[in-house]
Amino acid sequence: MAADGRMIVMADADSRDLTKLAEYEAVGGYQALQKTRAMSPGAVIDEVIASELRGRGGAFFPTGRKWSFVPKPNQNPNPHYLVVNADESEPGSFKDNEIMSRVPHRFIEGCLIAAHAVESKSVFVYIRGEYTGPYEILRSALEELQTRSEIRGDVTIVLHRGAGAYICGEETALLESLEGKRGQPRTKPPFPAVQGLDASPTVVNNVETMATLPPIMQMGGTEYAKLGVPDSRGTRVVSLSGHVERPGNYEIENGTSMHELIYGLAGGIPGGRELKAVIPGGSSTVILKADEIDVGYDFNSLLTLNTAMGSAGVVALDDRCCMVQLGIRISEFYEHESCGKCTPCREGTRWMTQILRRLESGEALQSELDLLLDVCDRINGKCLCPLGETAAIAVASYVDKFRAEFIAHVDRAGCPFGDSSPLHDVLAPVAVHTHSASAAVPA
Amino acid sequence: MSTYYDEVQEIKARYPNWRSATLPALRLAQEHHGYLSPDALRECAEALGATPAFCEAVASFYDMLHLAPVGRHMVEVCTNVSCALVGAQQVLERFEEELGIRAGETSGDGEVTLRPIECLGGCGWATVVSVDHHYRTHVKPEDVPAIVQELRSGG
Repeated sequence: MAADGRMIVMADADSRDLTKLAEYEAVGGYQALQKTRAMSPGAVIDEVIASELRGRGGAFFPTGRKWSFVPKPNQNPNPHYLVVNADESEPGSFKDNEIMSRVPHRFIEGCLIAAHAVESKSVFVYIRGEYTGPYEILRSALEELQTRSEIRGDVTIVLHRGAGAYICGEETALLESLEGKRGQPRTKPPFPAVQGLDASPTVVNNVETMATLPPIMQMGGTEYAKLGVPDSRGTRVVSLSGHVERPGNYEIENGTSMHELIYGLAGGIPGGRELKAVIPGGSSTVILKADEIDVGYDFNSLLTLNTAMGSAGVVALDDRCCMVQLGIRISEFYEHESCGKCTPCREGTRWMTQILRRLESGEALQSELDLLLDVCDRINGKCLCPLGETAAIAVASYVDKFRAEFIAHVDRAGCPFGDSSPLHDVLAPVAVHTHSASAAVPA
Repeated sequence: MSTYYDEVQEIKARYPNWRSATLPALRLAQEHHGYLSPDALRECAEALGATPAFCEAVASFYDMLHLAPVGRHMVEVCTNVSCALVGAQQVLERFEEELGIRAGETSGDGEVTLRPIECLGGCGWATVVSVDHHYRTHVKPEDVPAIVQELRSGG
């Protein structure tokens, strides 16, 4: 991993093997925890509020404020739980994978700091089922702590493996899944802070958020808040992928220009091709055209373009890519991952795929483009969780930004790119259900 | 060596509610039986203190849990956007050729199941292929024959 000079989360991971406890302690590991435990839980929350840290999972909610919503033990005698969302599954995002794999002890130290702040004795790390590598690294890291009761304190950390469902990254679906049920989102309120795991007060935080806590406690909240830009303090581990020379995770100071991310850190577009579009924050975010990337990678700057950092998965697409094909692949993903609870999402994502397929094959009429946007509208704001909504917003943004290309599919009765686009005829799992009977879905 | 039943009791003790042991118990049953056969679901239900129907209802939600037989080896090619952009479809097709099956199928000898899979969270190391739940990264079509050979030679 390279960076623009300010490594917080990934500090020292390039020069040392921080998966080893001794190495992590040699760079001051677990000292922030000692410092934290000498403070009252309220003072720790204040420190994190002062840091202006916001959740790194995608919703960007202020972490300290989230903690402050948790009832105190004298207000709610039920056990308090800390649940870590390690179910990273957003297309384009692979930062938590690398954070758990390369700085597992910093992540664990962060969990212990958060547990102290919210007065929890039980931490559950919900790690996506496919992440065998990071799971094994975390397991060995926890084993190393077996004999170190002064570090563990009276807190137990349980690694809970998922079993393949994108929706379980949504916090209430995650809690359902952790309770041993189908991973379907709950209605909110009540929010997890009040009634989460086993109807007890629960904080759900992302992996990177946890791994950012030790450096914050070490340097102090106000010092951390000097990094970055207003409303987006500190650093972010950004996942760069797609058509770039040097894909990978890069830790950057928030506010670094997206142009610098793609052309500086990631080395630009391979094969002498031109950049066409950028997905800025994972598949759920509004796409940017090549001429829109002279913008800071931070909450407010991206908000002016109606988009978001999301889970910090930046995907670059070169000029060979067909935006209808991109729409199909993204829509197929959400269709596959829709949990089925809310009708607009379950049926709407399937409709979106069908209309996009007709556009691609040249069968669609001009009016079907309006139908596509109408279906998107009928999903937006009508479901319990954002899954269907983000599918609709993302696909509608492809139409909005590349309308001429969509119209060309209708006018030419076919795809102007055809198989020269790398997204041509990609087989998605939704087309191949292997875990259940393969009966065709009626139209 | 502890039995499956005992292992599940230990898992249940980690959680505030026994039900949280459902996914770990299903995963474990699948490891023992190859897939979640009716026998496996019954065994799982008994250890949990639930019904087989409950276990099946939960299992059917999750992509990694199989209610029908699958191959001894699992090859899963990520075909989401980042992998597709650098040639995941060509990798998948090369696996189809080498294995002589279509994606979604299991080889005739019951050895290998091939399927496309949604984003594996390794976008910067595309194309990512999960072979028996361990990631192979930067996979190109020309790397496929060696992976298949490895599986066939009793890996």
